[in-house]
Amino acid sequence: MDLFEYQARDLFAKHGVPVLAGEVIDTPEAARAATERLGGKSVVKAQVKVGGRGKAGGVKLAASEDEAVEHATNILGMDIKGHTVHKVMIAETAPEIVEEYYVSFLLDRTNRTFLSIASVEGGMEIEEVAATRPEAVAKTPIDANEGVTPEKAREIVEAAKFPAEVADKVADVLVTLWKTFIAEDALLVEVNPLAKVASGDILALDGKVSLDENADFRQPEHEALEDKAAANPLEAAAKAKGLNYVKLDGQVGIIGNGAGLVMSTLDVVAYAGEKHDNVKPANFLDIGGGASAEVMANGLEIILGDPDVKSVFVNVFGGITACDEVANGIVQALELLKSKGEDVTKPLVVRLDGNNAELGRKILSDANHPLVQRVDTMDGAADKAAELAAAAK
Amino acid sequence: MAIFLTKDSKVIVQGMTGATGMKHTKLMLGDGTNIVGGVNPRKAGTNVDFDGTEVPVFGSVAEAMEKTGADVSVIFVPPKFAKAAVVEAIDAEIGLAVVITEGIAVHDSAAFWAYASSKGNKTRIIGPNCPGLITPGQSNAGIIPGDITKPGKIGLVSKSGTLTYQMMYELRDIGFTSAVGIGGDPIIGTTHIDALEAFEADPETELIVMIGEIGGDAEERAADFIKANVTKPVVGYVAGFTAPEGKTMGHAGAIVSGSSGTAQAKKEALEAAGVKVGKTPSETARLAREILVG
Repeated sequence: MDLFEYQARDLFAKHGVPVLAGEVIDTPEAARAATERLGGKSVVKAQVKVGGRGKAGGVKLAASEDEAVEHATNILGMDIKGHTVHKVMIAETAPEIVEEYYVSFLLDRTNRTFLSIASVEGGMEIEEVAATRPEAVAKTPIDANEGVTPEKAREIVEAAKFPAEVADKVADVLVTLWKTFIAEDALLVEVNPLAKVASGDILALDGKVSLDENADFRQPEHEALEDKAAANPLEAAAKAKGLNYVKLDGQVGIIGNGAGLVMSTLDVVAYAGEKHDNVKPANFLDIGGGASAEVMANGLEIILGDPDVKSVFVNVFGGITACDEVANGIVQALELLKSKGEDVTKPLVVRLDGNNAELGRKILSDANHPLVQRVDTMDGAADKAAELAAAAK
Repeated sequence: MAIFLTKDSKVIVQGMTGATGMKHTKLMLGDGTNIVGGVNPRKAGTNVDFDGTEVPVFGSVAEAMEKTGADVSVIFVPPKFAKAAVVEAIDAEIGLAVVITEGIAVHDSAAFWAYASSKGNKTRIIGPNCPGLITPGQSNAGIIPGDITKPGKIGLVSKSGTLTYQMMYELRDIGFTSAVGIGGDPIIGTTHIDALEAFEADPETELIVMIGEIGGDAEERAADFIKANVTKPVVGYVAGFTAPEGKTMGHAGAIVSGSSGTAQAKKEALEAAGVKVGKTPSETARLAREILVG
């Protein structure tokens, strides 16, 4: 889960990373009191989970409360690269910036460890610096069990060639930033820019944090950080039911078991769609193992509730799960939806293979549901589902 | 022959007495796996009956190894306790730890991987968040259905569980030496490269099927490895061509970030290494079949 800047700022503050004062608001008028609390001037910063907001006009300096309200009025509701601004942060104005650096800790999948990235050329896209001047970016592996000790922090500072006069202060920041990374089960903590200001102090002026949702069991406070307003309503409904669902922009609803098989199903449907009016998969939905009637009904309910969906493809390979159970699940799910008063009118194409496939297919044939068609290969079923979606488009 | 797991493997199950552990221990026994014990400190000294097969429960991995000579552990413990279970297996220096558990925090996986490395990697870790591995006709360590296919000459390595089953099913008449599900998490123990290396060295494996998915650069690195080290034919499949950037597709590791981790980039890297890559699972199976039976 990626956080907003203000949420990152709060976590930094909690773990001792030096940040400026700031608060988040969602109405223009609230900018007045917030700016007043900061002594009459502030920086109004759009809160969006995408880079380039400065260039888009999403960051403005306000010399008075009135100006802050004016900027907040303009920025709230602004579209930045497809992201609508619902919140702005009213931040303390930074003292005069002398230098801008970059520091981060992140997961290094390739080397199966954590990594520190540091550069004295901060303030811009680090990818660009890394591409054009790789020598200006120091990458230091961090042992997950040893962490960032003061010695390790010193090693990073030296590798990135921070000037001697800021070395101690930057090393201190690195230790607190690492504390944030560990304590919050983060996948990324990034400060850019890490600024040296006229007084010689080091301040984290902007940051990014991404959290590991698998750690939610020991991070009870993280749930509150979720941006529920931005979530697609179907995704939110699916999440509430414990379903692994991602909304896409096509017309063929997809239900399958196992993340890899569902991803593969999306591809096969997209290829089939090339022959059928270019229809595409409408979603990713993995119902996992088991696939009880209830889970199947929940999944179908979400997918049939998507107005973009014109046909549904249920693609199940029975591994441990037997296909007869899955077939019964589908039949029961349709009955369950009917009994709930849901008017199911979209055609379903079902492909069952693997454990007890014959029995499962027979159950579907015997049920003879007018909306359910059985196709026994993945490619054939994808083609049929795409054809039906194209016909209903 | 086989890789990592044979009929001689002596298997213990950490978390055997939980619901999932019980269910799959029974299935593994049914597939002929030599299960010599379970581990649960609170139930040490008892036996669990699986349709007439009595399996003893030990207090620790070390004790189970000492009393039974176990060399493989299959781990079903819940995510919260998984790190401690893997660390225990590493401390006992068991040869192979297969971590089935889904949903382990990345900091925990990073910690046990760093620990395994600091101990000289005496324990091979497969997973986490994987279906385990099977050597058909010999032994099954995990949750891969044992009745899909038979012993044969294909070696399979895959990030995805259900795609493993699908591919085994498509090629069930030819059969497999071993099939290894390495898992879809950002940090995993055994990689595509480890399995490719083992299949290359296994005299009975005549062809290798490699299944990847979006996210990370494991497939690209596997392609480099294949180019330099693999003489056997390799057929590949990559899932997630239509996955949009920034959306996690079910597996914690299956996410395209920026221009890296795309299925297209992986396909191109594999093809440049001489791997025939199928567009769909069935086409991939067809490519494998063409090479093996013409």
